[in-house]
Amino acid sequence: MRAYLNLEGVGIEFPTSNGPFRALSSVDLNIERGEFVSIIGHSGCGKSTVLNIVAGLLDATEGVVLLEDREVNSPGPDRAVVFQNHSLLPWLTVYENVRLAVDKVFGATKSKSERNEWTQHNLRLVQMDHALDKRPGEISGGMKQRVGIARALAMEPKVLLMDEPFGALDALTRAHLQDALMGIHAALGNTVIMITHDVDEAVLLSDRIVMMTNGPSATIGEILEVGLDRPRDRLRLADDHEYNRLRSSVLRFLYERQRTPGERVA
Amino acid sequence: MTNLVKLAVEAEPVSAPPGDVQAKSDSASAAPAAAKAVSAPPAAGDTRRAGSRERRSAMVQAVILPAITFLIVLGIWVVVHSEVSRAIPSPVDTWHRAVEMLSHPFYANGPNDMGVGWQVLYSLGRVSAGFGLAVLVGIPVGFIMGMSPVFQRAWQPLIQILRPVSPLAWLPIGLLLFRAVNPSAIFVIFITCIWPTLLNTAAGVKAIPKDYLNVARVLKLGKLEIARTILLPATMPHVITGMRLSLSIAWMVIVAAEMLTGGIGIGFYVWDEWNNLNVKSIIVAIIIIGLVGIALELVMNQVQNRFDYTRR
Repeated sequence: MRAYLNLEGVGIEFPTSNGPFRALSSVDLNIERGEFVSIIGHSGCGKSTVLNIVAGLLDATEGVVLLEDREVNSPGPDRAVVFQNHSLLPWLTVYENVRLAVDKVFGATKSKSERNEWTQHNLRLVQMDHALDKRPGEISGGMKQRVGIARALAMEPKVLLMDEPFGALDALTRAHLQDALMGIHAALGNTVIMITHDVDEAVLLSDRIVMMTNGPSATIGEILEVGLDRPRDRLRLADDHEYNRLRSSVLRFLYERQRTPGERVA
Repeated sequence: MTNLVKLAVEAEPVSAPPGDVQAKSDSASAAPAAAKAVSAPPAAGDTRRAGSRERRSAMVQAVILPAITFLIVLGIWVVVHSEVSRAIPSPVDTWHRAVEMLSHPFYANGPNDMGVGWQVLYSLGRVSAGFGLAVLVGIPVGFIMGMSPVFQRAWQPLIQILRPVSPLAWLPIGLLLFRAVNPSAIFVIFITCIWPTLLNTAAGVKAIPKDYLNVARVLKLGKLEIARTILLPATMPHVITGMRLSLSIAWMVIVAAEMLTGGIGIGFYVWDEWNNLNVKSIIVAIIIIGLVGIALELVMNQVQNRFDYTRR
């Protein structure tokens, strides 16, 4: 019996002027339905590449991605992506940005008023229903990312793919959005893959943390199970023994076993 | 020198007298009284007064400063007229000529004697035709160039060679091809407008963030949907910038083109008046050309406000 989402021997090469560059090799990962998995690693290790292959935005050179036993080879709304820089269309309002996705995914199955209701529902979910008619240029970075999440959720994806969704936000806003995401995940039970470079974020949100080795030819170095009870409270976890143990084992992996390329040279 | 001051006052009866320091202090003392009379509840009065003071200083910046410049130029003009060359008409004579020209802009005594309004309209007609054709051709070709690296590589060198050529150099080719002056002038305007429109459109298409296209891919938008919901709105700012550039250059080029082609049009009008040594008419025409240029700019501004998402 295969898992909900399978990556089997996935690798990718990019053509460059100096010949092919091997970014990833033999990535194997099984993700269960409803699981929250984060992928962590130093920048340039190819963690976004893994996400883009699952999204179908990049084609793997070898190996296969299976979602519910079906091969993934092109992008689609069943694997909605929350992009790092939100990627809202600046000429559409908050509502229209989400509605575009809703119309595209449910145009055939939902009536106009149902689609309107569904759009509003998802914006309520991320607490952005107060700014329906604002354009992305008129709202803060955190708000944009909320709308980006609402747009992805509105597609009712089988897997929600998040590419460093909170990387560009300040610490306070990031904490708010992490809490909102935990609430949504608890309520809806989405299957999530999240790319991050923030150790605390990974431990707080994930069921499992996938730690990547450095590129070139990056692969999965270690997978850490996070057995902390949910719902999780960041304040209470700060003094939690298990939380700190997990946190330091991720840190050890990143800074002892996988130093950044710059440090290795020096 | 008394003559100079008198002329300046006569030519500019509406604006402040040359002793503008006094004018400024006058308006400054008169305005607070007006503000006091208008401001109603005492609580809001302070901020409102501060606001009106700000508005007043903005008014000074917007009206008084340009008026000073205008007076200085007028002064130089008077000096040139009286001290350098009598062939340059005086501002007063030019003003009378302007009143004469503008009181009957649309008279028509046969094809060789038509009002300045007609001259401007004929020129605008040629500009619109050439500009319109260039937009119709330039935007689609620009899109193809932006999307297809092969097409881009194939055409870029030729465009680079042709782009710096003065559009007027194409006039003989136009005359040869069309055997008539009107289409040739339109052809010259077309050549003027095509490069900025095409190149800006291509640049706009290339500048579309890849993320927008990834959004389209995740949503599985069709080719037409991508064009309508992403490509068009995303490139619009660039396209309109290209159109704006085109139109303003076209308005400059048409004057020169008409000087060569003759017929009716503001460019030939200037040339014709030169042949008749009516320098007054030429100066009035120059100012009219400038004002029409500003009007075209305002029209493009409206277009930009309507279609450019960065302006909303």
